[in-house]
Formats: sequence, structure tokens, C-alpha cells
Amino acid sequence: MIEVPALLPALPEIILAIGAMALLMLGVFIGEKSLRLVSTLAVLLLLGAAVAVLPGYHDTVVTFGGMFVSDSFGGFCKILILIGSAISVIISVDYLERENLKRFEYPVLIVLATLGMLMMVSSNDLIALYVGLETQSLALYVMAAFSRDSARSTEAGLKYFVLGALSSGMLLYGSSLLYGYTGGTGFAQIAAAVSGDGPVAIGVLLGLVFVMAGLAFKVSAVPFHMWTPDVYEGAPTPVTAFFAVAPKIAAMALLVRTMFGAFPEISDQWQQILVFLSIASMVVGAVFAIVQTNIKRLMAFSSIGHVGYALMGLAAASPDGVKAVLIYLAIYLAMNVGAFALIIAMRRKDGATESIADLSGLSRTRPAMALAIAIFMFSLAGIPPLAGFFGKFYVFIAAIDADLTFLAVIGALASAVSAFYYLRIVKVMYFDEPVDAFDVNTGRGIAAVATVSALATVFFLVFAAPVVRVANTAAQSLFQ
Amino acid sequence: MSGWPILSLVTFLPLLGAVFALLPRGDAAQVARNVRAVALLTTIATFLLSLLIWINFDHGTAEFQFVEDREWLGGAIHYRMGVDGISMLFVILTTFLMPFCILASWESIHTRVREYMIAFLLLETLMIGVFCALDLVLFYLFFEGGLIPMFLIIGVWGGARKIYASFKFFLYTLVGSLLMLLAMIAIYIHTGTTSIPELLTGDHFDAGLQKWLWLAFFASFAVKMPMWPVHTWLPDAHVEAPTAGSVILAGVLLKMGGYGFLRFSLPMFPVASDYFAPLVFALSVIAVIYTSLVALVQQDMKKLIAYSSVAHMGFVTLGLFVMNPQGVEGGIFQMLSHGIVSGALFLCVGVVYDRLHTREIDRYGGLVNNMPRYALVFMIFTMASVGLPGTSGFIGEFLVLAGVFQADTVVTALAATGLVLGAAYMLWLYRKVIFGELTKDDLKHMLDLSPREKLIFAPLVAVVFWMGIFPGSFLDVMHVSVDNLLHNYDTAIAAHEAGTPAVAEGAQR
Repeated sequence: MIEVPALLPALPEIILAIGAMALLMLGVFIGEKSLRLVSTLAVLLLLGAAVAVLPGYHDTVVTFGGMFVSDSFGGFCKILILIGSAISVIISVDYLERENLKRFEYPVLIVLATLGMLMMVSSNDLIALYVGLETQSLALYVMAAFSRDSARSTEAGLKYFVLGALSSGMLLYGSSLLYGYTGGTGFAQIAAAVSGDGPVAIGVLLGLVFVMAGLAFKVSAVPFHMWTPDVYEGAPTPVTAFFAVAPKIAAMALLVRTMFGAFPEISDQWQQILVFLSIASMVVGAVFAIVQTNIKRLMAFSSIGHVGYALMGLAAASPDGVKAVLIYLAIYLAMNVGAFALIIAMRRKDGATESIADLSGLSRTRPAMALAIAIFMFSLAGIPPLAGFFGKFYVFIAAIDADLTFLAVIGALASAVSAFYYLRIVKVMYFDEPVDAFDVNTGRGIAAVATVSALATVFFLVFAAPVVRVANTAAQSLFQ
Repeated sequence: MSGWPILSLVTFLPLLGAVFALLPRGDAAQVARNVRAVALLTTIATFLLSLLIWINFDHGTAEFQFVEDREWLGGAIHYRMGVDGISMLFVILTTFLMPFCILASWESIHTRVREYMIAFLLLETLMIGVFCALDLVLFYLFFEGGLIPMFLIIGVWGGARKIYASFKFFLYTLVGSLLMLLAMIAIYIHTGTTSIPELLTGDHFDAGLQKWLWLAFFASFAVKMPMWPVHTWLPDAHVEAPTAGSVILAGVLLKMGGYGFLRFSLPMFPVASDYFAPLVFALSVIAVIYTSLVALVQQDMKKLIAYSSVAHMGFVTLGLFVMNPQGVEGGIFQMLSHGIVSGALFLCVGVVYDRLHTREIDRYGGLVNNMPRYALVFMIFTMASVGLPGTSGFIGEFLVLAGVFQADTVVTALAATGLVLGAAYMLWLYRKVIFGELTKDDLKHMLDLSPREKLIFAPLVAVVFWMGIFPGSFLDVMHVSVDNLLHNYDTAIAAHEAGTPAVAEGAQR
């Protein structure tokens, strides 16, 4: 008698998997002209999956023989990921059409990558973790090289692939060590075998370090960040926009899940690694961004810095810390999709531009666009009363509460350094003389996304309470 | 009191005006005209509304008044507003100065008028909020949010080195404030509350923690104040900012530092304040003497007044940290007086700058011949800055020196030399600009004050004399609150010296 596992907790994943196949077939039948149709359907599919998360949101269910867990922590992250992916599709279509990349595979790849991300978020087992991660990564490798005729894009794809394979190798090596020393791959089994009393087996520690290194690569934490600037710069801009948001959230959620799921008893061991990763990421993100002239590279270092702050919340190793990470990710999503939507909109008659100097005097030629970018930059810098401040605020609370005051102090100083380069963009737009104006026709999707996320960034302080509350219950579900 | 949340209304009325300023359509000149009118009406309405706070203010209690308290971020962090005798006058100062800023920018700002006025209205909301906020997080939000509009005001409408000045202003202030934010979080974790009234009662922190928290707050307020040696952003920001920006910077933004000392450092960390007072005295005396000497050699009118601001703020910190009634009240009075006088002096500079487009002192001379009214107005404010009896400047400086004298005669003597130097550089400035032969051709064609400029200066002159002749109308307001502050402070110090934590005694308010 074969027991059929409960499928309902995995409903969003199932919807995405079946939907992706259907979209792929649809695209093949209709052919080259189907980008818009497939994209629209992909957005609906992603949003549908987000709705499918809701019914089981409050229950913690383990299924597939303990490999898959569905809880409100996962639900919260999944909704963020699905929104991020849907927005990525929306802001991509115009760009793909203009840049002659009209291929229906693009939205399908996003759906497949998203499927992998949802599995990562829900994984409760090292094997499930790896399968989810690779599902995501394979789709991402292809996307990085999506502009096949561009040398930069193929280079980005190859770089991402080689380094990604390396990190997967480290992850697998660490997983095998953990399996060898604990006798299981399930997080619950590992947690049971690794208890806080007595010394921790050296093999477990090695395994932990390798797994963390592999995951740190995925969130692009320093010193595993080397691929980020090159891939961000080389990949087509909408792909960069996608990379900067959804996969980051998924990998961060996976890191949280793994640490608290498999190693709750030895948090003092992984805490110090995270403290180091956090400090290194914040400092490198802040300092290296200063010299960038390409806005995509700048955003790459900016995202490295933001990962550092999110890791600070995780390093606190407390429910408050997880809450802070979740709030941070939600705010990060809002700021980054908006900022990237407008970076995609940077184009002139002769094509897309991505140098910071091209933004000169934007406040005179395109005041609304300049205002929105300024809002995102001030928010990314963490200046109140914008949303970015609250992200940092809760992370600092968690860190100081966990007696990591020095970490918070370094974070504060790094944030002052990073303010410099965010301000530089505002300066270029507002204080410098105008250069040629951008094309007026940004496309409705981009305009809508930029407007909504700018409003969300400005008015976050008004509706912060519900977000904090939801993030709190989501974080609590991890500690039951 | 009536049920109206009057503090929130006063705080957010300018924001509403900013929204209205988005509406006008048409060609650039039309938009500029309408937006100026909207901004002026909004700031005047805000001022009139804020007078209601003063009228209904109860002088007899040290409690916070007009208190509003709403759920906000969940948990202990609420939206709390309220004023007491210390903060109320700063609210009035802010709303009072704003219409003059708008009027002063009436003709001198031609480009991007809409954005300019919106930035100022936004700034007004944030400044009023700083003085009304009764919650740490809310305070920080207003305190730090003000950086954004000021950064843009200096950077977009500023002078030749505007980019350097705006970045320096922003980053200096940001570094200090971030450390304060961490200290606020530490307070939140330690006490479980962010309510300022709650934190003001009783003794929450042991001496060791107090010192760390005090230093973190000091980092922020000392930069904002600004105190020597972190004052260097101020001359740059003042010189490059447009006239109205300088007025707000000198008139209100600098006062946030002093207000912060009064609201946080002194009452919440009394033991640390007592411990660090000699440091503050030393820095203040250096500021008074050193920046006065620096002011003496300036070639730029705005820079001279900027350095004089640093010196005057040195008096304020001296007064606040001696912690006796004369010193503290003198310090507060000096802040209010300096807010009006230095604001007015920058407006005076703006008058001639608008005509000749230079601030170099040597380019002027003999203006008394063709601008007699201007010469009179400028003289009144010069005298007020020097501290001539009968003007507002005298009261503040006299009270501070009287207060400091009780604590330390040497410090008083050193600080008093600042008065002499202050008289020297201000009179020197006045002589170079106003007296002498009218030899330069372009100066001969300069017209005296326009009706708009008269309208700006008349109320300012009136207030300077009012504060100088009837200081009681201002001192009475703060009296009870200052007494309460001192009482709690002395109790806490006494308890600390006796070796017992003062929990019950300090809970007076």
C-alpha cells in the first residue's frame, strides 16, 4: 500500500509547476508573438499561487515524509517572493520587446525559478533544500545569459553558472558531512542529533560551515559576493531586477529556516559566522559602491550591503531577530522593485543606458521619475520617515537586544558611509545640469510599479503596525 | 482643553500646504506666483494656529499639555505629542520664522519655485514635530527627516560650493544621529518604553549605562548645536544655503541640539551630565573664544555670522549645563533670542546679496548714505547680537553669565571675553558695510528697503525689543518646567552621591 502524502500544503508549488508546463506549451504553439500573452498569464499564475498560500497560512503542516513544511514563516516569504516575481514580469515586458529579446521563455523561466524558491522556503530537509535551490538556480543561470547575442550577458551567465556550481558543491559537501555525523538529512533529525550539551562534533561544525558558505553565496554575502557585481551588470536589466529581489528573499528565508530548523541548539556556533558575514557585507557594500559609475553595479553593492543588515537580524538568533529579517525583506522588496523599475526605464533613442551620469539633471527633464528615484535612494539609505529606516530600526533592536551592540554600531557607521553614494545619485539628479532627456514612453507597467512602490515607501510609517504584527506571527511560527 | 489635536494640526498643516502647492497648473510664472501665495498663506495660518497653543498654555504646571497618544507601530511605540514650558516656545519660534523665510525667498528664488516651497513646508512640519514629539522613535523620525529637505535646499538653490556643503551637512548630522538612534534603542530595550514622559520620571539607568547613552546622544546634539570641534559643517552650510535656508538653519535647526540636551541628556542621564559637565564647559569656552576670533578675520558676511552662531551656542551649552535656574532659563532664552536675531541678520545679508550678488565684506561700504532704513534695521540686529541692554540678546547672555558665575568664576571670565570679541566683530562688520565713503558705483544705485522687506523686518524688530524689555512674558512660560527639571536633576544627583538610586523622589512630574 503506497501512502499518498498530503498535497494541499504544497498547493502553491503545484499550481506553479503545472502552470509553467501549460505556459510553455502555449508559448510553443503560438510561437514568437506570444510574449505578452504568456507574460500576462504568468503574472496571473504567480498572483494565483500567492492567493493559494493564504488558506493554509496559519497552520504548521509537515508533509512529504518530513521533507516539506508549510507554516506562516514560509507563507510570509512565499507571498513576498510571488509578488516580487510577478512585478519582475510586469516591468520586463516592454524592455524585452524594445531590446529584441521577445521570447516567451522569459516569463516561463521566472515561474520555474519561483517554483524553486517556494520549495526552498518550505524545505525541511537537506535534500529538499538542494532540489529547490537547483530548480531555482538553473532557471537563473539561463536568465542571466538571456541576451544570447550580447557578450556581457553570456559572460554573466557563465560566471554565475561556474560560481554557482562551486557553491552547490560546497553545499553538497557540507550536507554529506552532516548526514555522516548525524545520521539524517531531515532538519528535525539533525536538530535532535546536535544538542547543545557537550562539545559539538567537528564534522558537524565543518558541515555547518560548508552549508552556510553555500547559502551565503546565494544571498551574496561577503566574502561570497564576487559574482554579484558582474552578473548584475552583465545580465539584461529586467533580469537584474529579478535577481535583486525574489532570489535574495528566498535564499535569506532558506538560511533562516536551516539555522533555526536544523541547528537551533548550537546557535552560538553559527551566530559568530553570521556576525562576520554581516559586518563584512555591510562594510564592503558601503565602501565599494562609492566608486561605481554604473548604476547596476552600484545596486549590486547596495544589495550586498542590505544583505548584511538582514543577516544582522538573523545573527541575533532570536524571534525578534527573525521578525526583523522579515520586516527588512518586505521593505527591501518594496524599495528595490521600484528602483529597478526606474532603472529599466532609463533609455534614450539609441537604447538603454545604465551609467549614473545619464541621470544628470533628471529632476528638470523628468521631475516625477527623479522624485521617485530620490525617494528610493533616501529610503535605501535608511533616512526616516521612509520605509528603509524601519527595516534598519527593527534589525538594530534585535541586535542590541541580543547583546550585539558592536554589530549595531558598525551597522550604523556603515549606513552613514552608504548614505554617501545614495546621496550622490540624488545629487546627480537634482544638483547637476541636465543632459539629454530619457524617452518619455516608459510603459504603463513600469509607471504603475514605480508609483505603487514609491507610495508604499513613503507611507510605510502609516501602515507599519500591521506589517510588524504579521511579521511577528510569522517569526513566532518558526519557534513552536 | 478642547478636543482638537492642536499639536498635530499645527505640525501637519504645512504638509497639507505642500500638497496644495502641487496643484497649480499653467506656465512657470503663474505656477510660481500661486505656489508662493499658497506657501505664505500656509505658514501664516500655521503661525496663527500655533498662537492658540500659547494662549491656552497653562503656566502653572510642569506637566506636558495638549497631549495626544495613539497606537502606532504596535507595542510600546506610540504616536505621542505634547508640549511643556520648554518646548512650547520653540514651536512658536519655528512657526514665527517660517513666513519670513517664504517672504525672503519671494524674489530671490526664480528656479523651481514649486519644489522650493514644498521643501520648506515639509521642513516646517518636521521641525515642529521635533519639538512636539513625546516618543523617542517619533522624535527621531522628525529629527532626522529634516535632513532630506535641508539637503535639497542647500544643494539645489545654494551657492557655488553647494554640493560640498550639502554633503557635509548631511553626513555630519547623520553620523551623530545614528549613534543616538542606537542609544534610543538601548533605552527601549532597557526600560521597555519609548515614552518620553515616562522616561523623564524616575531613575532608569545606572551610572555606567548613563555615561554611554549620554555620549551617544551628545554625538548627535553636539553636531547639531554645533559645538567645537564638530562645528565645521555650519559655516559651509550657512554660506552656501539660500538666505531663507540660512535663517532656518540658524533660527531653528541649531536649536534642536539645545532642545535635545534639555529634553534627553540632562533629565534622563543626570549623573552622566554632571560627570561630563566639565567637558561641556571646556568645549563651550573654546567655542566662544576660538570661533569669535575666527569670526574676526572673515571676509564673507554669512560666514562671519555663522561663526558668531557657534559662539552664541557656546553660551547656550554653558548655561544649560550649570544647571541652575538662571543658567538654564538664560540658555533657553538665548536660543530663542538667537533664533530671531541671527535669522534677522541673515535676512539683512540677504537684502544686500539680492542687490549685488556678493557677500564679500570689502565690496560694501557707505550704505548708510543711500540705504538709511536698512542701516537702522541692521544696526538694531547688530546691537541685539552684541547683547546691548534693551534687546533680546542682553537677557540671555546676562542670565547665562549670572548662572555660570555661581558655578565657576574662571569659566565666567573666559566666556565674558567672548562678549567683548563678539562686540568687536559685529561692530567691525557693521562699520565696513554701512559706514565709510560711498565710493563704489554699483553700490550707489542700490535702493533702500522695499515694502516687502519692511514687512519682513518690522515684526522682527518688534520682537527683539519685546524680548529685551519684557522678558518675563517668555520666562514665565518656562519657569515651572525648568524648576521641575532642576528639582529632578538635583534629586538624582543627591541620590547618586548618597549611593542609593533615586526611584521615588524623582517621580514628581
